[in-house]
Amino acid sequence: MAKLSIHEWFVRKKKEDNRNTQQPQRLDIPDNLWVKCHQCNQAIYVKDLDANLKVCSKCDYHFRLSARERIRFTADEGTFEEINLNLKSTDFLEFSDSKPYSQRIEDAMIKSSLNEAVVTGKGKINNLPVTMGIMDFSFMGGSMGSVVGEKIARQIELSIESKIPAIIFTCSGGARMQEGIMSLMQMAKTSATLQRLREQGVPFVVVLTDPTTGGTTASFAMLGDVHIAEPGALIGFAGARVIEQNLRQKLPPGFQRSEFLLTHGMVDMVCHRKELRNTLSKLLSFFAG
Amino acid sequence: MAEKNDNNKNLLEFEKPLIELFKKIDELKKVTDIDMTEEIKMLNKRIETLRREIFSKITPIQIVKVARHIQRPTTLDYISLMFTDFIELHGDRNFSDDPALVGGIAKLNGRSVMVIGHQKGHTTKELLARNFGMANPEGYRKALRLMLLADRFNKPIISLVDTPGAYAGITAEERGQAEAIAKNLREMAALNVPFITVITGEGGSGGALGIGMGNKVLMLEFSVYSVISPEGCASILFRDATRAPEAAANSKLTANDLLEFGVIDEIIKEPVGGAHNDHDLAAKNIRAAITKQLDELLRLSPRELIANRYQKYRKMGIFTEG
Repeated sequence: MAKLSIHEWFVRKKKEDNRNTQQPQRLDIPDNLWVKCHQCNQAIYVKDLDANLKVCSKCDYHFRLSARERIRFTADEGTFEEINLNLKSTDFLEFSDSKPYSQRIEDAMIKSSLNEAVVTGKGKINNLPVTMGIMDFSFMGGSMGSVVGEKIARQIELSIESKIPAIIFTCSGGARMQEGIMSLMQMAKTSATLQRLREQGVPFVVVLTDPTTGGTTASFAMLGDVHIAEPGALIGFAGARVIEQNLRQKLPPGFQRSEFLLTHGMVDMVCHRKELRNTLSKLLSFFAG
Repeated sequence: MAEKNDNNKNLLEFEKPLIELFKKIDELKKVTDIDMTEEIKMLNKRIETLRREIFSKITPIQIVKVARHIQRPTTLDYISLMFTDFIELHGDRNFSDDPALVGGIAKLNGRSVMVIGHQKGHTTKELLARNFGMANPEGYRKALRLMLLADRFNKPIISLVDTPGAYAGITAEERGQAEAIAKNLREMAALNVPFITVITGEGGSGGALGIGMGNKVLMLEFSVYSVISPEGCASILFRDATRAPEAAANSKLTANDLLEFGVIDEIIKEPVGGAHNDHDLAAKNIRAAITKQLDELLRLSPRELIANRYQKYRKMGIFTEG
């Protein structure tokens, strides 16, 4: 092996360090057997974590779920059928920041193994039919562009046509800036379809998960007949940094967390993930009965 | 109203070539022993020509500056110039009255309409009192109350949009800023009456859309409409707020861009150099555009109006499938 210069040695060392620090977050890698809880730092065996619905058994910290995991934990086994999975984003603004948007889309597809930041379809929960939309943070922060808006609109339309309740699991940083004004228009589009759903008397339940902010919160996420929040989830309109800059003061602890929203009347309940499926099933049964 | 030489002081950075000409006029005006009317006239003509030239090459970030000009007509300015018999209606009936979002009943060419809009100001004092046109949840709830009032009595709605965005603050979050906007979006989709939105200055994201889901959306020539401010976009995506000009160009936020995307329906011409140079003419142009659009919408039945609006927003989006 060629001799390393000191500089090269440092570069290599830094790369290795980075790899080591990044690893605990990559929960989907099978050979990654242990992960550290983000809240209490407890080391948890991955299989135990999965068996516990990705909730820390020590401190109840709710890890973020991928859309596939959410489906597995929520829908009756084998009942979920995905729809509109071939909708894909295009870089119609030819938008480029540190990377072209087209490149970001490709990278996100590889990283998330998804075509977009939301998976939609129909399935059953405790034998009761629902349409489901599940957002996935690993695809560009769950941001809402044309495809996310369109898939949600179509999910709602499916609920209208088949008179089946709709559930959306939100997990999104907000509008996708790389699509400019079109991302803003998705707020109008999704809200308009929800108006129709409402007129048709079909129920709509929102499960707010960490994080749900910006344009997603200010549209379909706040339009449910019932709002359920997962414990400790960040839910809000404006980003904490923006508010801090505006007010030049630190934000109070617990600000914009699920429990804060419960106190202020914005959600119906904060529901532990272990109780979520059961709660959804009771809600669906209420609407059906 | 702006004082006489205000033109000079109100010049924007990119209008600097005009400064010399304005200075000359000021000097000529001081001359009392010789009649300088002709010379002043000529200089004014040159100013207009040069201004036209500058504005014909205006860049997106320059348009942002015009849209934010402190002398740009505000919603209350437009209301007093465009409508008659305006009576302001206050309060959301739940929490308070938001001075950043105003509204009330008025007549447009003798026809009863409801008008709502974000309110900025022309001085720091006014801007502070109006929270720079950044509405709180109670502002959006007041707007909804007025829209539903108009809906019940079958009166058309005109909304004038001019806001940097919905207010971002602790109390705004506590009172449900997101819920207030979301609910407006849903309810606007169900209005039975003609609804026209005019973007008059800054169309700042959800704060703009929260009163902006008209059957027709019109935009003043030098107004902007975007999902995030160029500064915000630059600081998030480029991690450098000084790259706002680039972000402004990238985000396609001008009236021309949005007309191309089908997000807006019509561009309303502004006086040379921007609406702030001639409030009356700007108001006249908006009134003419609204009148024409309203006449067309009034031919539609309530059901057609809802369907028309639904289709407009349902088809928004660019993607591939297959």
